[in-house]
Amino acid sequence: MIRNPRDLQRYTASERANHWVLGICFILLGLSGLAFFHPAFFPLVNLFGGGTWARILHPWIGVIMALFFLVMFIRFARLNLMGPVDWDWLSKVGKMVDGDDHDMPEQGKYNGGQKLLFWGLALSMLLLAASGVVMWRAWFSFPVEVVRVAMVVHAATGAFMIGLIFVHVYAAIWTRGTIRAMLYGTVTRAWAKQHHRGWYRQVTGKN
Amino acid sequence: MALQSLDIARRSATTTEAPQVRHTEEVAKLIDVSACIGCKACQAACMEWNDIRPEVGHNVGIYDNPQDLDDKTWTLMRFTEVEEHGKLEWLIRKDGCMHCADPGCLKACPSPGAIIQYANGIVDFHQENCIGCGYCVTGCPFNVPRISKTDSKAYKCSLCSDRVAVGQAPACAKACPTGAIKFGAKEDMVHYAEDRIVDLKERGYRNAGLYDPQGVGGTHVMYVLHHADRPSLYAGLPDNPQISPMVSLWKGIAKPLAMVALGATALGSLFHYVMKGPNEVSKELEDEMDKEAALEKEDAK
Amino acid sequence: MTNHWVDIKNADLVLIMGGNAAEAHICGFKWVQEAKHVRRAKLVVVDPRFTRSAAVADFYAPIRAGTDIAFLAGVINYLLENDKLQHEYVNAYTNAAFLIDPDYGFEDGLFTGYNAEKRSYDKATWRYQMGEDGFAKVDPTLQDPNCVFQLMKKHFARYDADAVSNITGTPKDAFLKVCEMIAECSAPDRVMTILYALGWTQHSVGSQNIRTMAMIQLLLGNMGMPGGGINALRGHANVQGVTDMCPFTANLPGYLSAPTERDATAEAYVAARTTKPLRPGQMNFYGNFPKWWVSLMKTWYGDAATAENGWAYDWLPKPDGSYDVLAMFERMHQGRMNGFFCQGFNPLASVAHKGKVSAALAKLKYLVVMDPLATDTSEFWKNYGEYNDVDPRQIQTEVFRLPAELFAEHEGSFTNSGRVIQWHWKAADGPGETRGDLEIIAQLYTRLRDLYAKEGGALPDPVLNLTWPYRQPTRPSADEVAREVSGRALRDLTDAAGNVVVKAGDQLAGFAQLRDDGSTASGNWIYCGSYSQAGNLTARRDNSDPSGLGQTLNWGFAWPANRRIIYNRASCDPSGKPWDPKRALLRWTGTAWGGNDVPDMRPNAAPEEGVGPFIMNAEGVARLFAPGMIEGPFPEHYEPFETPLARNPLHPDKPEVTSNPAARVYKGDMELFGKADEFPYVATTYRLAEHFHFWTKTSVINAVLQPEHFVEISEELAAEKGIGKGDVVKVRSNRGEIKAVAVVTKRIPVLQVDGRKVHTVGIPLHYGFKGETKPGYITNTLTPFVGDANSQTPEYKAFLVDIEKA
Repeated sequence: MIRNPRDLQRYTASERANHWVLGICFILLGLSGLAFFHPAFFPLVNLFGGGTWARILHPWIGVIMALFFLVMFIRFARLNLMGPVDWDWLSKVGKMVDGDDHDMPEQGKYNGGQKLLFWGLALSMLLLAASGVVMWRAWFSFPVEVVRVAMVVHAATGAFMIGLIFVHVYAAIWTRGTIRAMLYGTVTRAWAKQHHRGWYRQVTGKN
Repeated sequence: MALQSLDIARRSATTTEAPQVRHTEEVAKLIDVSACIGCKACQAACMEWNDIRPEVGHNVGIYDNPQDLDDKTWTLMRFTEVEEHGKLEWLIRKDGCMHCADPGCLKACPSPGAIIQYANGIVDFHQENCIGCGYCVTGCPFNVPRISKTDSKAYKCSLCSDRVAVGQAPACAKACPTGAIKFGAKEDMVHYAEDRIVDLKERGYRNAGLYDPQGVGGTHVMYVLHHADRPSLYAGLPDNPQISPMVSLWKGIAKPLAMVALGATALGSLFHYVMKGPNEVSKELEDEMDKEAALEKEDAK
Repeated sequence: MTNHWVDIKNADLVLIMGGNAAEAHICGFKWVQEAKHVRRAKLVVVDPRFTRSAAVADFYAPIRAGTDIAFLAGVINYLLENDKLQHEYVNAYTNAAFLIDPDYGFEDGLFTGYNAEKRSYDKATWRYQMGEDGFAKVDPTLQDPNCVFQLMKKHFARYDADAVSNITGTPKDAFLKVCEMIAECSAPDRVMTILYALGWTQHSVGSQNIRTMAMIQLLLGNMGMPGGGINALRGHANVQGVTDMCPFTANLPGYLSAPTERDATAEAYVAARTTKPLRPGQMNFYGNFPKWWVSLMKTWYGDAATAENGWAYDWLPKPDGSYDVLAMFERMHQGRMNGFFCQGFNPLASVAHKGKVSAALAKLKYLVVMDPLATDTSEFWKNYGEYNDVDPRQIQTEVFRLPAELFAEHEGSFTNSGRVIQWHWKAADGPGETRGDLEIIAQLYTRLRDLYAKEGGALPDPVLNLTWPYRQPTRPSADEVAREVSGRALRDLTDAAGNVVVKAGDQLAGFAQLRDDGSTASGNWIYCGSYSQAGNLTARRDNSDPSGLGQTLNWGFAWPANRRIIYNRASCDPSGKPWDPKRALLRWTGTAWGGNDVPDMRPNAAPEEGVGPFIMNAEGVARLFAPGMIEGPFPEHYEPFETPLARNPLHPDKPEVTSNPAARVYKGDMELFGKADEFPYVATTYRLAEHFHFWTKTSVINAVLQPEHFVEISEELAAEKGIGKGDVVKVRSNRGEIKAVAVVTKRIPVLQVDGRKVHTVGIPLHYGFKGETKPGYITNTLTPFVGDANSQTPEYKAFLVDIEKA
């Protein structure tokens, strides 16, 4: 483990644990969900002990994920409120993706992309939870027309959320030095200054 | 005939072709509602042949018993009293799986081989492959499949595929004492229905006709109706059944679309990484921080 | 049935009245569908309820329960007024031309000879005018005012459409529509069949209901015709067989009238029952009574029955009165009958006035129940809460339950409604300690015989001398009994020339071979020939049908003489040609009768001989005027004993003819008839397709299909009484009350009768306190203890109740 006292604390242990609970839930839900969604992925149910187990577990994991997501949402919602600078950042994101981040406006703890992702995930989570309950025949019985809409919403939202997570994961990989924030809770000062200068200033009091 | 009838034409959650070389005649059950007296012998025969016994229920002020289809009630007489032109009619319809040519249940089912359609047209649930998700319920335009509270499997009329496979008529057709349920080649059933419709028209039912809804590609359970212009008179038989657009969207275009989108995202990321490289912290900042660190160390001393 | 099940397909018009074939005779109803689908026949249903039969009918007319005679008499009047008769048939094949005693009359609802005290008629004037040649006088022109035709016209003229509608509640236009459809069948090539059942028999005028219909069929020329006849649909696979074997005290097997205390000697008994022809040249088949009876006595008593001892006549019981079902329970109730064997019968549930039946059973010393099921009757003494609220401590009756096998657990025969006897084979062993009925009876008999042999007794002879020729005396086989019933020659039978036609010991070919000299034995003359030297003909299963009429003469054996349609001679005109060549059953070939049925006629009786087709009648023709009936030679409308009107609209000022004046009413029961002011609604009881009597309530599948007792009422009555669909209601008659679930339906019509509105309450009867169905009350708690004047069948179909939300 890298123990550099100069590193900046970005996430507490509790926050990291919360994140990874969600991460595990997401992977399990994504795998089982895809299995129900497309025949090509159906063999994935074997990871859960077969189709019936996958069907039984998926909604319960969903419940866990929704609860933990709610906690995380409460923790981070305020930090993710969008400001004008975020929209400015977003308008310039193409250049950044192209490899040039010199013109990007200064960002606080989260940049506009992260914030947007946060809200996208939150919305997805809400839709998935709501439609998932409607589809959960073991416990609930809704009119079939409502269930049919829920099926479409659940599938579309699920795919959308998987896409968002792809972006989220890739962004973490692409932006080197990021993943450790969620593993150890710390980032280097250089990383902070480069990617989140506003936050860097805030936590270090420096320019 | 026996083995041939078990050729599988379609299988749930399966994207490849089914065997198609042999030609199998399509079968159909024809329910002549105008000849049905609602004796429920078909219900009794269904229970006996399939070894299912629903709970002894209650009378709730109607003749329908049990009151709805369930995992142990695969067919059911539904009674409706209507007054047409001042004349009372007691419409009695045998409800159950229609064995659609384009089955919504099969389309919706995520589990390979849990729902199959034989080449003869019978749509059958294979409970050993059923995962109990209930998607078939969502997919069915006739509200037929039921999930068992005991084993969470989906159940419905099998059109006695086991009997048909050995050249027997379904138990209900065999038991029907008035000949209101006929079973045979679909072509023959349509032909027989035509004669019944002529008879009904002669008796004053101008709108008599065959219920073989094309919205689901036709069905392998068909009705002769006195009022074919208004199927919904018969305890809510759908006038124009079709697989819900929601289900078509979900099990149709949504699947490839989502796959392409997700694939594109994943591949896009990969290629972005190898083409543009990672987003690293700049050398200047690293050096600046190293300097700062050295200064702080000295300060500390 | 004069015809048979398959023959229904030959009808052009099917009338269902006094029954509900689609509900209660579902399997046979397929032939109605066949007639409709193939012949394009029309189906008409007349019923107090819009039944399952009505659901598939071309026309439905409502009727008030218990007013069928008024409706049918109206049809007769319509046919006579509009001259819709098959004249040639009526003239040649009925007693329309016969002259009646000029003293015969009908006034104010009563025929001549009524004795109000005895509630019965002296029938002296109900007779033909006899000529000096010893034959009845006739007027072929039908003009004589005393001829049956003119008397009939006069009698029925009162039943015009308005009067009918006023009594029955059937809307006039609906009544006339039915009349028109029926009248079409007066054409020789149009035939109507009538399917009825307990909806006609279970009235205090039950026999007359059927007779009125028979008259219509005669006027239309439909008796004896394929697709015609008058067809009682029996409610059980073998109830026809039960009646044929006559385990009733008024009859011996084969409908031979049983001796009574009035018949002192064998000679007197036989003479009183052996008819003489009333017209020249008639077959007068009842003239053969001695042959049938002597052969029966030889079967029972063998060598002990001799000409010298009057064929053991003295050993036959001479009952001191009636022993029909109501009479038996009346005796039991009075403490005059103290032991009861109950075989395949659940009287607590199926006899009228459960309260009285229960009290009667409680007075017995012992009750033996032989049944495959644990019946309600076998537990009449047990408290089932509100459903059977009795105090077992007060009941001293000792009850024995002898578990019997079900029909599929032994071989034997069924006789269906169409008189076709069909052998059936054993399918499975009976469960547990069950025994076949034959074995149970044989065990009882052999033990009783041993007791009589050992201890003697008041009259041991009838028991000790009974023939008991079975290989295993305690287990007779069905095959042995079937042979015995059919009959055999006891000595070599020779013809006039002395040639042996039947060897001693051989089975007889038919009842024509029976003799009255003790040389033949037959346990039931109408079954004679069913088990011939060729073997058990009831076991034949050849369904080939060369005529296409569904005659299948090689399937089982139809009594009598394997004849499928009785009176079939009447399907031809007097010259011997079929009325309808497309439906040819028989024809005179020039030398003999031949065709697609066994002729109901002497085979060589040439048409010129003028032998009438109704060979069982001494007249040779059918009776439009029938002096044999208890309450009158012509049918008359009488109200049910519990009437919503309190008067007979035909005779409003004559309270003595409100209801059947000749029906038997026991002391105490008259007072128990409810009055319309307290019980304003007409109730009728019936069966459901989902159940079979009181059997299937013990079966889970049937219980699932119709789980709970219910009553049916109209939407109007429900609204008036604040009763909703599915509410529990209380239904009360003057004899008791039941609770059941309300089915509120458009299918119960509300009728306008005699200036007022009449509501009907429909009550299915299948429920009770034993079984898989939800425990329920016994419907017959409500029904009145009065029967048809002729057959004593209880009036289950029309009585009064009140209803309220429980």
